[in-house]
Amino acid sequence: MTTDSRLNSKAPQGAIEDKWNNYKADVKLVNPNNKRKFKVIVVGTGLAGASAAATLAELGYQVDAFTFHDSPRRAHSIAAQGGINAAKNYRGDGDSVHRLFYDTVKGGDFRSRESNVHRLAEVSVNIIDQMVAQGVPFAREYGGLLDNRSFGGAQVSRTFYARGQTGQQLLLGAYQQLARQIGLGGVRLFNRTELVDVVVIDGRASGIVVRDLMTGEISSHSAHAVVLATGGYGNVFFLSTNAMACNVTATWRAHRKGAFFANPCYTQIHPTCIPQSDESQSKLTLMSESLRNDGRVWVPKKQNETRPIDQIPEEDRDYYLERLYPSFGNLAPRDISSRAAKRAVDDGRGVGPLKNGVYLDFSDSINRLGKDVVAERYGNLFEMYERIAGENPYEVPMRIYPASHYTMGGLWVDYELMTTIPGLYAAGEANFSDHGANRLGASALMQGLADGYFVLPYTIGNYLAPMLNQGTPDTNHPEFKKAEEDARNRFQGYLNIKGSRSPDWFHRKFGKIIWDYCGMERTAEGLQKALSDLEPLYEEFKTDLRVTGDGESMNQTLEKAGRVDDFIQLGMLMCRDALERNESCGGHFRAEYQTDDGEAQRDDDNFCHVAAWEWTGDPMKAIRNVEDLNYETVHLATRSYK
Amino acid sequence: MSNHLNDITLKIWRQAGPNERGRFETYLIDQISDEASFLEMLDILNERLITEGREPVTFDHDCREGICGTCSLMINGQAHGPQKSTATCQLHMRKFQSGDQIVIEPWRASAFPIIKDLMVNRSAFDRIIEAGGFITAPTGGAPDANLIPIPKPVSDAAMDSAECIGCGACVAACPNGAANLFTAAKISHLNLLPQGQAERYSRVEAMVETMDDYFGSCTNHGECEAACPKSISIDVIALMNKDYRKAKFKNRKTSARAD
Ligand SMILES: Cc1cc2nc3c(=O)[nH]c(=O)nc-3n(C[C@H](O)[C@H](O)[C@H](O)COP(=O)(O)OP(=O)(O)OC[C@H]3O[C@@H](n4cnc5c(N)ncnc54)[C@H](O)[C@@H]3O)c2cc1C
Ligand code: FES
Repeated sequence: MTTDSRLNSKAPQGAIEDKWNNYKADVKLVNPNNKRKFKVIVVGTGLAGASAAATLAELGYQVDAFTFHDSPRRAHSIAAQGGINAAKNYRGDGDSVHRLFYDTVKGGDFRSRESNVHRLAEVSVNIIDQMVAQGVPFAREYGGLLDNRSFGGAQVSRTFYARGQTGQQLLLGAYQQLARQIGLGGVRLFNRTELVDVVVIDGRASGIVVRDLMTGEISSHSAHAVVLATGGYGNVFFLSTNAMACNVTATWRAHRKGAFFANPCYTQIHPTCIPQSDESQSKLTLMSESLRNDGRVWVPKKQNETRPIDQIPEEDRDYYLERLYPSFGNLAPRDISSRAAKRAVDDGRGVGPLKNGVYLDFSDSINRLGKDVVAERYGNLFEMYERIAGENPYEVPMRIYPASHYTMGGLWVDYELMTTIPGLYAAGEANFSDHGANRLGASALMQGLADGYFVLPYTIGNYLAPMLNQGTPDTNHPEFKKAEEDARNRFQGYLNIKGSRSPDWFHRKFGKIIWDYCGMERTAEGLQKALSDLEPLYEEFKTDLRVTGDGESMNQTLEKAGRVDDFIQLGMLMCRDALERNESCGGHFRAEYQTDDGEAQRDDDNFCHVAAWEWTGDPMKAIRNVEDLNYETVHLATRSYK
Repeated sequence: MSNHLNDITLKIWRQAGPNERGRFETYLIDQISDEASFLEMLDILNERLITEGREPVTFDHDCREGICGTCSLMINGQAHGPQKSTATCQLHMRKFQSGDQIVIEPWRASAFPIIKDLMVNRSAFDRIIEAGGFITAPTGGAPDANLIPIPKPVSDAAMDSAECIGCGACVAACPNGAANLFTAAKISHLNLLPQGQAERYSRVEAMVETMDDYFGSCTNHGECEAACPKSISIDVIALMNKDYRKAKFKNRKTSARAD
């Protein structure tokens, strides 16, 4: 395969260590006084969006920031628990930029772009400096220096954390920096405002069309460049650990306007979530991966074990991760740990009332370290578990099971984070760039902040500089008017169907299809079945949807209808992507392609590439384009954590 | 296995818009699993309302993990309901019994106008942060993170305050609708840290005065601490008041020097 000419990565020349410096040395600059002549729209105010908007405003650009939340402080980033990686090597345990780079490429099962990943590892160290300067209260040791913990897929301790609330503290840091700019007038914030379309004029991103969630009003905003930092699409499965409002609309609408969607089938199923307890459940809760530092995962050796836990002797317990992956043990990467849990449960060795979980047991750590130390490390997670599951993990092992958590796929971007639409950028979880087919723990926060703080503010100037003294596009341009009209018709359309099923009913139903056939394990046959089920379901959605209320006031059902519409279309593309990728890699596990001992079997000869899908008017007819991945520094190897 | 709760009477505040009159509506619900969360119980009610062709109850929520601060319900007169240190979304139906009557209202405070039903506008909190709830550290120039060691007790105390989720329960619980706990938590987080010292006094002055523009004044009822889902201690208010008094003095002196 050869790379499609529209998918030029623009990775700079030079050795991997020099590329980012070479880029910065050559990039076009906008002089400080001219920056205020440019307007940039940033959609999304999570880690990636808030950091980008604040930094761009500090540099002098005029920034308009949009979020559907009531405040930037509520973005889904707030929920991240475990930590953020950085190659600081404060432990002196052999960490380095190169090692973080290598771990990330390997963790991603050799399906990411080397140049981007190396830059991520390079700027990781600046992120920690920046966040500490802003007052993020990271955990410290008694001497006052920063503490670290370990995360899956790494043999060094490089994860910085703030109790079990790292995402909260980082987001509040970025939010406060953004708030300062809002106060100073550098950023105009539009809250409770949802992007419903992207406008492209003469091949360039020219602005967006938004819906005011409080009044239903549709309006246009134009700018010299648009950044989408709108998060991931893990809620496509309905049940996931993502916040309830996370959705794919922004990136999907951009896709429909010409931005290629890359690797939609690369989704991450996180191994440690609280298992589903009943049918009406709306949301799953993550238990941070950091718990695997001190918790041991096991199931009974015997199928259909009926003895209570305390009567199952050591020799009848299967610590399967320690058995199968002795060198990484309970810290094996997520995709591998998730599949191992699924196999144990499928094998009839699941635990809990519904036999749908595995144990995560802290008794050894409590004996070794004492309850206080364990409480200091994980106290708030234990409390959260107890509130939800009604059991005390200091006394009874936690029960956990994998759940949808993160999406590696997203809008295709080049080295500058620009999509295939000139002037449209994607940052954070919304893009596909750095994690290949599997993301390592504590690397999403790192990537979101890297993109927003240290990458975009450089690369965007390169695009803007030649446009000096061109005004922003006119929002009366027919393309804006048409996009507004389409959006009005779309939302009125949902109200007009007056069918019998709610948006959530559809979401639950198709989410289950995607989970069953495009979840932890996929087969060609299952994916074809999913596609043949999804098409009629989408037709049913268009004819039998019921949205009550009106379009002129706050209407959460109407919001949800728009999001479900886009999710179903994305679901189709996910299944097609999974079907076309005839190999297993990272989070994409095709049962047909596995080694004798059940590990993912890649096909580097035929699939060492990014699949970037092009919209043609129907997700079932999208065209698959390819960017070849050239490994110049890292040798393609079989990923082993044994 | 889960048990089911039956015969639950919900009295829910319904209000069509900011300027409309509101009223309580009563709904009976059955067959709710005790494993369900409180908000899942409302999800079930809402699905039913849609099936019946009625408009579901509008309420704010997002993470459902007790961290984003979006959920905000008065449950039987208590902000976030009966369970201590627990946000609404983390409350589970096992805390209730068959036959219970549950009254659900929005946050009531003049600074938080109602948008619809149980959803309120808490933007006044953002105004307080914009006024000074930050450390000025533009991207790029930060020194190495380990350059300034911070004693663990200091950093832990800062973190205790920084845990605030900005939900507004403190304001809703306060008879005066004061935002002192929210404001003081942020001030204490930043004013305790070495990085926060340069702006310590300008911060407290700006934030307190913005707070006073929107919210009622604190008369030490202490309801805020009891309602806080993160158990933030009312001690932070003492720190804020102390710094504010000093600020009035110091900021006057500095501006005099600048003249
Ligand atoms: C429970 C949980 C725990 C996690 N823990 C960790 C961890 O410990 N370490 C780690 O590295 N990663 C972790 N992750 C992953 C990480 O939190 C996310 O990948 C990351 O925070 C995403 O940040 P973001 O800025 O890209 O998007 P988000 O934080 O999701 O922000 C998206 C923003 O876009 C806005 N938005 C979206 N669509 C629209 C639209 N159409 N119109 C207007 N606005 C829109 C939203 O309002 C929001 O402001 C965790 C994830 C989960 C689910
Ligand atoms: S929904 Fe996030 S705190 Fe309750």
